[in-house]
Amino acid sequence: MAPILELRGITKRFPGVLANDHIDLQLHKGEILALLGENGAGKTTLMNILYGLYSPDEGEIFVNGQPVTIKSPTDAIHAGIGMVHQHFMLIPVFTVTENVMLGDEYLKFGGILDQKRASKKIKEISNQFNLDVDPNELIDDISVGTQQRVEIIKLLFRNAEILIMDEPSAVLTPQEVDELFKIMKNLVAQGKSIIFITHKLREVMECADRIMVIRHGKVVGEVTPEKADNNQLAAMMVGRPVELKVQKEESKLGDVVLDVKNLTVKNRNKKIEVDDISFEVKAGEILGVAGVQGNGQTELVRCLTGLIKAESGKISILGQDVFHSNPRVITELGVAHIPEDRQKDGLVLQSPVQDNLVLNTYYQTPFSKGIVIQPKVVEENAKNLVNAFDIRTPGITSAVIGLSGGNQQKVIVAREFSRPIKLLIASQPTRGLDVGSIEYIHRRMIEKRDEGCAILLVSTELDEVMQLADRIAVMFRGKILSIVDADMVTKEDLGLLMAGITADISAKKRKPKKIREIVT
Amino acid sequence: MANQPSKTIKNPIKIFYEEVSKNSITIIFLAIFTGLVLGGIMAAATSVEIYTAFGTSFGEGMRATVELIWKTYSSLFIGAFGTPSKMIEALRGGESKAMLAAFKPFFESLVVTTPYLFTGLAIAMGFRAGVFNIGAEGQLYMGSIMAGWAGWTFKGLPPIVHIPLAMGIGMLAGGLWGFFPGWLKAKTGAHEVINTIMMNYIAFNLAEYLIAGPFQDPKEAFKTPFIQESAHLFRFFESPMRFHIGFFIAIAMAVLIWYMLFKTTWGFEFRSVGLNPNASKYAGINSTLITILAMTISGAVAGMAGATEMLGVTFRQTQSLSTGYGFDAIAVALLAKNHPLAVIITAMLFGFMRSGSRVMQLRTGIPIDIISILQALIIFFIAAPAIIRTIYRLKEPSTTLEPETAAGEKSNG
Repeated sequence: MAPILELRGITKRFPGVLANDHIDLQLHKGEILALLGENGAGKTTLMNILYGLYSPDEGEIFVNGQPVTIKSPTDAIHAGIGMVHQHFMLIPVFTVTENVMLGDEYLKFGGILDQKRASKKIKEISNQFNLDVDPNELIDDISVGTQQRVEIIKLLFRNAEILIMDEPSAVLTPQEVDELFKIMKNLVAQGKSIIFITHKLREVMECADRIMVIRHGKVVGEVTPEKADNNQLAAMMVGRPVELKVQKEESKLGDVVLDVKNLTVKNRNKKIEVDDISFEVKAGEILGVAGVQGNGQTELVRCLTGLIKAESGKISILGQDVFHSNPRVITELGVAHIPEDRQKDGLVLQSPVQDNLVLNTYYQTPFSKGIVIQPKVVEENAKNLVNAFDIRTPGITSAVIGLSGGNQQKVIVAREFSRPIKLLIASQPTRGLDVGSIEYIHRRMIEKRDEGCAILLVSTELDEVMQLADRIAVMFRGKILSIVDADMVTKEDLGLLMAGITADISAKKRKPKKIREIVT
Repeated sequence: MANQPSKTIKNPIKIFYEEVSKNSITIIFLAIFTGLVLGGIMAAATSVEIYTAFGTSFGEGMRATVELIWKTYSSLFIGAFGTPSKMIEALRGGESKAMLAAFKPFFESLVVTTPYLFTGLAIAMGFRAGVFNIGAEGQLYMGSIMAGWAGWTFKGLPPIVHIPLAMGIGMLAGGLWGFFPGWLKAKTGAHEVINTIMMNYIAFNLAEYLIAGPFQDPKEAFKTPFIQESAHLFRFFESPMRFHIGFFIAIAMAVLIWYMLFKTTWGFEFRSVGLNPNASKYAGINSTLITILAMTISGAVAGMAGATEMLGVTFRQTQSLSTGYGFDAIAVALLAKNHPLAVIITAMLFGFMRSGSRVMQLRTGIPIDIISILQALIIFFIAAPAIIRTIYRLKEPSTTLEPETAAGEKSNG
C-alpha cells in the first residue's frame, strides 16, 4: 500500500545553515511516527515545510501517491494535513465552537453564522474520538489539556487525515500527557495518521509506532520502540553516548543553609499561593520540590529570591534573616538563582553574552572601578566562562537572543556557578532543553552539591527530581504535603502526592502514629 | 569558535559607526533619499507654475518640475550652509567680515541644531532606559522660562556664577517636569506617554500665565524682561551672528551621556532596565529608582535645550514660544537609533533643514511646512523599512535567530 504521505529529498537552507538535508520520510495510514531530535535538529523546519509555512529548496511531497505543492497552510489543509502547534492558537474569549469555526464558518441564509450546526459537528467529533470537549465552553474556562484537544478538533473539523503534533506534551502535566497518548492511539485506530515531534525519549517509547531520529538536518536512523532502548536513542540524537542516569554519591550533609518557617505568600489578587510551609535545606544536599505546575512552586521561588514579598513567616539564609530582603542582598549572601523563565527573568536577550555573564556582578570589583565598568575584565571573564562552560556562541559580543535554548541556559549557569555560592535555587533548570544540555546541567548541579552547596531544585519533571534530589518535597495547592527521602519513594507514590492524596505514602513512612491520625 | 578575538580599544567614532551600521545604515540613507524625492514631488504639486507648464505641454511640465525641485533643494542647501561660490571667494579673500557673512547660514544652522541636540539626547537616553519621554517640549518650556527667571532676577553676579546658576535652575525645572511622570510610572504604573503629554499642557499654560502675569516686563505687555548681560552665553562672533557656546555644551553632553550609558555601571543599569525590567529586577537592580532617574535626567537635559535658547539666543520670552523642538526630537532620537553620538548627526540634519527652509521659502515661495512633511516622510520610511526594502529590492537582514527558533516563532505567531 502506498504511504499516505511521502517526502522525498526535502532540503532547506537558511543563511549559513543547512536546516534539512535531503530528508526522506514515509508515513503510513494509521500509524504514529515520532520525529525525534534535539532542539535545532531541523524537526520543526521540516514540519513547517509540510504545513506550507516554508517552501523547500529541493524535494517533493506526495499525498496518497500524488505529488502536491504546498505553499500555504490552506494548501496543507486541502491536502488533509493539519498541525497542532506547541503554543495554541485559540482566542480565549471565544467559545470552543467559535474557535473551531474560525476560518471555516458554517453559514445560514444571509451570511449569519450557524453555530448550532457547527457545535453539533464538534459534539460528534468529540464523541467519536473520545475527546470530551464541550463546544459551548469558553477557552478561558477550560484546562490546557482540553485546549489542546480543541486544537485537535479544529483539524478533524477540517477533515484532516494527517495530524502533525509539535511537542504536544511540553505544556501538559504527566496525567494530561497520558490522556493525550490515549487520544492519539484512538485517532490512529480510527484511521488517522500522526507525526509526533518531540525530544523526550520516554514519550516516543510509549506511544510511537516508528521512530525517526534527526540530527543536524539529516535522518540518522529509523527504529521501532520494541527494538530500541533509551541509551541508543539518546546517542543517536546527540551523536555520542549520553549518560542518562545521573551518577551521584551519598550526600555529605553540612549546616542548615536555607531555613523556611511558616511561609505564606499571596499573589497580587490576595489569593494564597504558598500556604504556611516550612522546610530546610542543608549544605551538600539537594532538596527537590515536585508538583504539578501551578501549585505554588513559582511563587515560593520568587519569594525566596526576593522577587516578590511574602505575607508572613520566616526565611533565613545562613542564619541571616532575609524576609523581605531585595534580590541584591540575597545574591550577595551567596545565593544563585536559575529562574524558571530564563528569557523573561534570567537574561537580557538583546545584550551581548559578555554583559549577561556579569548581569548581577557588574558593579563589583574587578568588573567595575567606582562607577566605571572595566571592559577588559568583563571580556576576560566572558572568554573564560565561555570556555569553561562550553557555551556555543559566535562570540562574546553576540546577543544572547541568537543562542539556542541550551546555550542560553548555560550562560545563566555559568554566571551563577562562577560566583562563590552557598545556596542554589534552581527552578525548572532543564525545561525545553535537549538531552545533551540536560545531562550537562545535571552534572554541574551534582558537582556543586558535592562541593557543599545547598540546592533547592524545583521541577515539574518527576524524573529529574527523582534522579537529582536527596530529599523530595511535594507541593500541592500551596502546601508541602510531605518531605521524603528520595530513595524511599517510587514514582507512583509521588504521583499520588502530586494529585493531593497523602494516605498511602504516609503509610510507608516510619512513623506509625501519623498513619493512625490520617486513617481515623 | 567560542573565542573570537574582540578588540578592546574602540573609539567613539567606530562605536558610532558600528551602532548605526548594525543593520540599516543603508536603510537610513535610502529613507532620507526617498523622503527627499517624494518631498520634491509634493513641493512641485503645490506650485501653480507647474500646472501652467503642464498646460502647455507634457515636456514643458516635466522640465518645470525638475527645475523647481532643483531650485527648492539648492536653496535649502544655500539656506543651511551658505552660497558655495561666496564661501570659496571669502576663503580666498581672507577678509574676516566677508568670511563671516558667507558662513553665516552655516553658523545659524548650528544655532538651530543646538536645541535639537539637547532634546534628541534627552529622548534617546530615556528610550535606552525604557521610558518614552514625549514631554521634552514641556520640559524645554520650563527650562527656558526658569533659566530666564534666574537670568533677570539675580543682579550683579559675575558670569561665571550667573550662567551656571541659570542653567542649573533651567535643568532643575526640566528635571522636575520629567520627575513627576517618572515617579508616577515607577510607583503606580501610570504610563509616562500620557503623563508627559499632560505635563506638556501644564508647562505651556503655566508659561503663558507667567509671561502675562508674574514674569511680565513692566514696560512691555506679554513679554518677560531681558536677562542680565551676565547671564548671556558666550557668543563667538559679533551680532547679528548668534552662534553661541551652547552648541559645544550640547556636544559635550552627547559625549557625557554616551560615556554614562556605555561605560559606567549606571548605564549598564539603565540599559538593562530598558531592555528587560524583569531580568534587571532578578539581577538586583532597583528598576523603580532607575525609571525615576531616567525620566528626571531626560527632563533635565531637555530643560537645557530651553535654558541655552534663553541664555544664548532669545534673552527673553515672548508669548508665542511654540518651538516644536521637543516633538521633532523624537524623530531625531529614533533616526539616531537612540545612540547619543549619532544624535549629533541627526540633530544637525534636522537643524540644517529647518534653518535652510527660510531661504527656500523666500526664493521659491514653497512654504516652510514642506520641511515638516519631508521630516515626516523620512521618519515614516525609517519606521517602515519594509517599504524601503521593497522599493529598492533589498534583502531582509539575516536574523541572528537560529532557523529552528525562527521557524517556531513564525508558526506560533
